[in-house]
Amino acid sequence: MSTVPPDLRRSALPVRRRLADRASTALIGLALVAAVVPLGLIVSYVVAKGGAVVSLEFLTAGIQSSPRRSGGGMGPAIVGTLLITGAASLMAIPLGVLGAVYLNEYGRQRPLARLIRTMADVMTGVPSIVMGLFVYVTWVVTVKAQTGFAAALALACLMLPVVIRSTEEILRLVPDELRQASLALGARRWRTTLAVVLPAALPGITSGALLAVARAAGETAPIIVTAGVANTVNWNLFAGGNTALPAQIYRNASSVFTTAQDRAWGAALTLVAIVLAFTVIARLISNRFAVRQG
Amino acid sequence: MTTITRPTKETRAPGTGPSRDLTRRGPGVLADRAFSLVSLGAGLLVLIILALILVTTTGQALPALREAGLDLIFGDRWIANDPDGDGPATPRFGALAMIYGTGVVSVIALLFAVPVSIGIALFLTEVAHRRVRGPVVTAIDLLAALPSVVFGLWGILVVGPALTKVYDRIFALVGDVPLLGSVFGQPVSTGRTFMTAGLILAIMITPIVTSLTREVFTTVPETEKHAVLALGATRWEMIKGAVFPHSFGGIVGAVMLGLGRAMGETIAVALTIGAAIQITPNVFASGEALPAVIVRQWGESGGTHRSALIGLGVVLFAITVTVNLLARVIVRRAEIRMKGAAA
Repeated sequence: MSTVPPDLRRSALPVRRRLADRASTALIGLALVAAVVPLGLIVSYVVAKGGAVVSLEFLTAGIQSSPRRSGGGMGPAIVGTLLITGAASLMAIPLGVLGAVYLNEYGRQRPLARLIRTMADVMTGVPSIVMGLFVYVTWVVTVKAQTGFAAALALACLMLPVVIRSTEEILRLVPDELRQASLALGARRWRTTLAVVLPAALPGITSGALLAVARAAGETAPIIVTAGVANTVNWNLFAGGNTALPAQIYRNASSVFTTAQDRAWGAALTLVAIVLAFTVIARLISNRFAVRQG
Repeated sequence: MTTITRPTKETRAPGTGPSRDLTRRGPGVLADRAFSLVSLGAGLLVLIILALILVTTTGQALPALREAGLDLIFGDRWIANDPDGDGPATPRFGALAMIYGTGVVSVIALLFAVPVSIGIALFLTEVAHRRVRGPVVTAIDLLAALPSVVFGLWGILVVGPALTKVYDRIFALVGDVPLLGSVFGQPVSTGRTFMTAGLILAIMITPIVTSLTREVFTTVPETEKHAVLALGATRWEMIKGAVFPHSFGGIVGAVMLGLGRAMGETIAVALTIGAAIQITPNVFASGEALPAVIVRQWGESGGTHRSALIGLGVVLFAITVTVNLLARVIVRRAEIRMKGAAA
């Protein structure tokens, strides 16, 4: 007497179950295509249309104030983007790292630390336009001038929670043994943090901060609300209006003249190049860090 | 977590070198305290900024609120300046059309982005070979890294004009059907519509929803998945039976965070939605959204008008913070439940 072994081949499955499985796999593939195709299209449009416009002259010349005339470039906007983003990073990155030090080295699971953690998450969700309005009503109204520094303040507010949360994640990965070893040698808490914990986490912190910088460099709405206008290069963040690449893309994209639209594509290619440079550097650093951790 | 006890004088073995001062006095302690206070200050900055945002923007919005009253939120007419100077025309500030526009655009974005995101997350966690995973994750990261104004530029100059033909065809197909006909109504020729803005937004929020959903899927215990497969289930049945029930709460949280993103997105929507302040069921018509109207009218505003725009910012802030907080609560609850199930 022998029992027949169950048929475990795929073809033995009822047709309906087999079809459902196939269909789900197909849908999952379709979802992938639905995300990758737009990405390919955007990148190819920006490269093709922008590549036709970008030249050394375009990267350095002043801004054409009349949308219908051709010529002009993005020099002031590139300088503005770098200056404003740089100033924002100088403010947000040290403060963000310090905030993360509080959360991970001092606050840990205290109620206050938990509250700050939650609110930092909420703050990453605050729309950038609201941050722009906030800086407008607190800073621009007070000093009565739209400046590059005001825009930098707005970007710094946007970067702060991102830097805090990414740095905290990295600090949590620093082994406790390092802290204990340092403390056992008689170093105080602050020296342990500055001389042992932060250097150990430096690659990760840098990579997180660079990603925050990349996101800030692409922000448009706060710049429009706070930075004012400039058609020539303005190296002074504290006096006179300034401009940035995203603001120029926005202005030129809503124009009906193809000359302006071409400039928008050129500015877009420049901006994407800057943002991607930051992102790629961040990835390279974090990849090296991952290897060292493993 | 280990707590570190500092050796004191009593516990130190005699004769271990001259007295290195290990007590809790001296300048070192001061530095310690100062450092902890400074870092606490940096942490508190988050709370201070959030509180300041609420207080200062509300303060600046008060003049408009005084003038328009609750109409600022519930009024459906927004006439910033009187075009011919003598009409019925005191300026009217009512944000309802913009709130409606923000809602419609966000819902369209979620309808497209959520299935796609879940699909990609499933692909990455359940289907893809390890070697395929890397490039796909890079592509999604790239999508997240592109600035929103670039999406807007592509939307207004390429997608909008290209989609008008599709809109026309859909309208010709269902335009006479009662309910569908009013939702998919007469398209505007520019292609700057609720639908275009919603589609662009969908692409923009896909990376964040994908990465959050993927995180949730990776918390599903391997043992449960293997158990279901061992019972003879196909991959789809395994996903239905083990992955989805386990991660429902997390997915809801991810969707809400995506919703928060979508509602706050300014520039891409400003460029693609078309700047028509109206409430219409027709998704092929132009509309206006809260953040978009602020950035569009900012340059030409002054006085009460500017105050009213700041008021719109307060409304937007309140909505997005509420959605975000809710999402965090849901995610945390789901996490606790999952940990409970795993233990």
